[in-house]
Amino acid sequence: MSYIPGTARERAEMLADTGCKSIDDLFSCVPESVRLKAPLNLPEAQTEFEVLSDIESIAAKNRQYKAIFRGAGAYNHFIPEVVKSLSSRSEFVTAYTPYQPEVSQGILQVIFEYQSVICRLTGMDVSNAGVYDGASAAAEAFAMCRERGRNKLITFSNIKPQVLSVLKTYACSAGAKVEVIACVDGLADLGALGCALDDTAACVYIEQPNYYGLIENAQDIASLVHEKKAKLIMGCEPVSLALLKTPAEYGADIAVGEAQGLGLELSFGGPYLGYMASTTANMRKLPGRIVGKTTDSEGRDAYVLTLQAREQHIRREKASSSICSNEALCALTATIYCAAVGREGLIEVASQSYSKAHYAAKLFSAIPGFGLRFSGEFFNEFITDCPCDAKKIMSALAERSILGGKILDCGRILWCVTEVNTKAQIDEVASILKEVTAV
Amino acid sequence: MSELIFEKSHEGRRAVYFPECGVESVSLPEKYARTSPAPLPEVAEVDLVRHYTNLSRKAYGVDNGFYPLGSCTMKYNPKINEAAAALPGFTHMHPQLDEADAQGCLEIMYKLSRSLCEITGMDAITLQPAAGAHGEFTGLSLIGAYLRDNGMSARTKLIVPDSAHGTNPASAAMNGFTIVNIPSTPDGFVDLDALKNAVGDDTAALMLTNPNTVGRFDRNILEISKTVHDAGGLVYYDGANLNAIMGIARPGDMGFDVVHLNMHKTFSTPHGGGGPGSGPVGCKSFLEKYLPSPLVCEDNGKYTFFTPEKSIGKVQSFYGNFLVYLKAYCYIRVLGGTGLKQASENAVLNANYMLEKLRDTYDIPFEGSCMHEFVMSLDKLKHETGISASDIAKGLIDNGIHPPTMYFPLIVHEALMFEPTETESRETLDNAVEVMKKLYETAKTAPDTLHAAPVTTPVGRPDETAAVRNPILKY
Repeated sequence: MSYIPGTARERAEMLADTGCKSIDDLFSCVPESVRLKAPLNLPEAQTEFEVLSDIESIAAKNRQYKAIFRGAGAYNHFIPEVVKSLSSRSEFVTAYTPYQPEVSQGILQVIFEYQSVICRLTGMDVSNAGVYDGASAAAEAFAMCRERGRNKLITFSNIKPQVLSVLKTYACSAGAKVEVIACVDGLADLGALGCALDDTAACVYIEQPNYYGLIENAQDIASLVHEKKAKLIMGCEPVSLALLKTPAEYGADIAVGEAQGLGLELSFGGPYLGYMASTTANMRKLPGRIVGKTTDSEGRDAYVLTLQAREQHIRREKASSSICSNEALCALTATIYCAAVGREGLIEVASQSYSKAHYAAKLFSAIPGFGLRFSGEFFNEFITDCPCDAKKIMSALAERSILGGKILDCGRILWCVTEVNTKAQIDEVASILKEVTAV
Repeated sequence: MSELIFEKSHEGRRAVYFPECGVESVSLPEKYARTSPAPLPEVAEVDLVRHYTNLSRKAYGVDNGFYPLGSCTMKYNPKINEAAAALPGFTHMHPQLDEADAQGCLEIMYKLSRSLCEITGMDAITLQPAAGAHGEFTGLSLIGAYLRDNGMSARTKLIVPDSAHGTNPASAAMNGFTIVNIPSTPDGFVDLDALKNAVGDDTAALMLTNPNTVGRFDRNILEISKTVHDAGGLVYYDGANLNAIMGIARPGDMGFDVVHLNMHKTFSTPHGGGGPGSGPVGCKSFLEKYLPSPLVCEDNGKYTFFTPEKSIGKVQSFYGNFLVYLKAYCYIRVLGGTGLKQASENAVLNANYMLEKLRDTYDIPFEGSCMHEFVMSLDKLKHETGISASDIAKGLIDNGIHPPTMYFPLIVHEALMFEPTETESRETLDNAVEVMKKLYETAKTAPDTLHAAPVTTPVGRPDETAAVRNPILKY
């Protein structure tokens, strides 16, 4: 089955129309020396029914938990059914990039709405249409900041390890530098930052909240960075922005982040969505697609892909990036999610996550051996000590179908609580922590 | 009627409610709090549904009709793929799960990687890149890492034919390579003499699309790869056009060292209006140790992650666009090796069928048959009638057909590039041919009607210059 509509007879007639005697004739330009001599060695074709039941049985080998207390860059939020229903409309799903604006106004308008949502959440002036994920967004932002002589990004050991890894990969490939400096009590060390900020520093990247869940004193960082003529990139979790001071309020030059929390399923890590927003001054350095509003010849509002002089299909090797995908369907999902929960709903998601995380932190840290690692203000993730092998804790939780926090290299546990975690679940985790360590 | 969702907002309206918090509400200290709430829309569920349903009616996908967008392989996206990717056993998987909890995901990753190795003739695959251009970036990073690791940092030049996709030179620049553009022959092939003159001690690699961007298979492919290898460089395969040759020829057997694939083109995963895609990168064994971390290995039915010895690091936060390549896995299982070959054969048949039917009307700059796509030039028509490639494209829209790729490749003037794909019926192709012929006549007899096209769409041609001059990028 190849989803080919034509019958054998129709195909034979079509072949005759091309003037070829056989299908092989159509491939006469492929030299004999590179022709595959044997069929591809792949599993036999199966019917859709068979394949789906096979894939279902593979899915069943995955373990599904009834409660999740793990975040570390991917967050379990409630996704309203209306979001899934609308974002699965096949006109959206099966379209290409909106190169032909007249037949793509729906998609272009959604991207325009997405850009507006991101600007409203971050307070920034301009948003692009999205990039692959939060980590690549950070790497692309670094590329925006590099200029002659300024080739270094400074960041802290408290950013997400996966983001740091991607930043380093991109930097290494481009011949740029990433300098990682230490933290004090889990927060960016301003003293060390002051020393690292030399003439070669293009930018500083911080996360808000950081990997440990802590809220940075971004105001002081921003002042220091700008004093040294470098740029500040803030990696902000978008749900937290319903409550937290915006990157614009802190004076960030570029805001980026992982927007998975805005209505995208966990999906074993993808597809996710990286957002990128900047000040107007940096607008023409933004990579990727951007949608703008204009009019058609009759004066009707119309949306188009714009500022394309930045992009690879025009500028080729002088483009700011090769990216052309904007994870459009993910951007659409995030937009619909934000409109579905709305202004009050997103605040509620963020406040419930915040309140429940603080309840959990208080409860867990009262158990001997599970003290809070850091004293700073946190959003919805926090680190506790662990008096035993943390794997023991995870197994005990798993027996009750609870996915515990992430075990860090130091043996401590990074917990995450969102609005979907109930008080009963949090209480249950606490009692299991007690049970396991009591024996 | 293009009101934005923000314009439909009414203070106090809601579509979604949450259960009571259940724990004491704690407020964030003021010094950390934003000064005013983010002004997101406030709408009822029915408003929301109508708004986005109506917007979907102003979008055009493969499910709406013929979409012969050259180089983009807009084939039909089977629904079973969507069903597989909607299974909670996959969608609920947290990426920070331990391997033991995610054996099903790892099994998919492992099996798909093996299949893609077989299809491409490569030894190892990473599924991490999120799109084709991301794959290019990753593949070239492997080459860069290999060169640095082997004391060949002086090899900084990356050779790219002038017919290449814009992403090729852009990805090369992201990797710090200097681009050497080489001209194509009048037939659209790699100019062997130009290539021989371009290679040398400073050659890092050649980046090539084959079949190339004019839809033709380069007969000299083995000599091309040998020329670059003999000079000490590597050869990179842009898999944009793999849909022409599955089961017929493999990049690995043509001498390519690295290849990226587009799951959203060749392997039927939907494009989503501009992503998410998936751009796996395959390589020969000598490059495997540089692949992004992690890869999956299998031992007695148990799957584990491992980090290649000299991994370039990560290119994406987790394991790539898992749900997207899961759809590709599903597709490969349904088609099998025989079905994949049939898909390529029919993609090439459909393209040649259309080409033959249009050859007597439009200028086809290259003689002979094509592979899965073909290019026509409207240069002459434009000189005679003032009707450009873009005008014909807009005329197609009024006839219910999505235009082909316009103005690419750059080596053909007033280019229109058709890629019908294998999943279209003869009637669909016949209709498109008939429309194209009708538009040709219109160009000669009533060009003004084409200048005014499209007239059947919610808006006419937008003023793109105004959009650039006065950027309005948000509400």
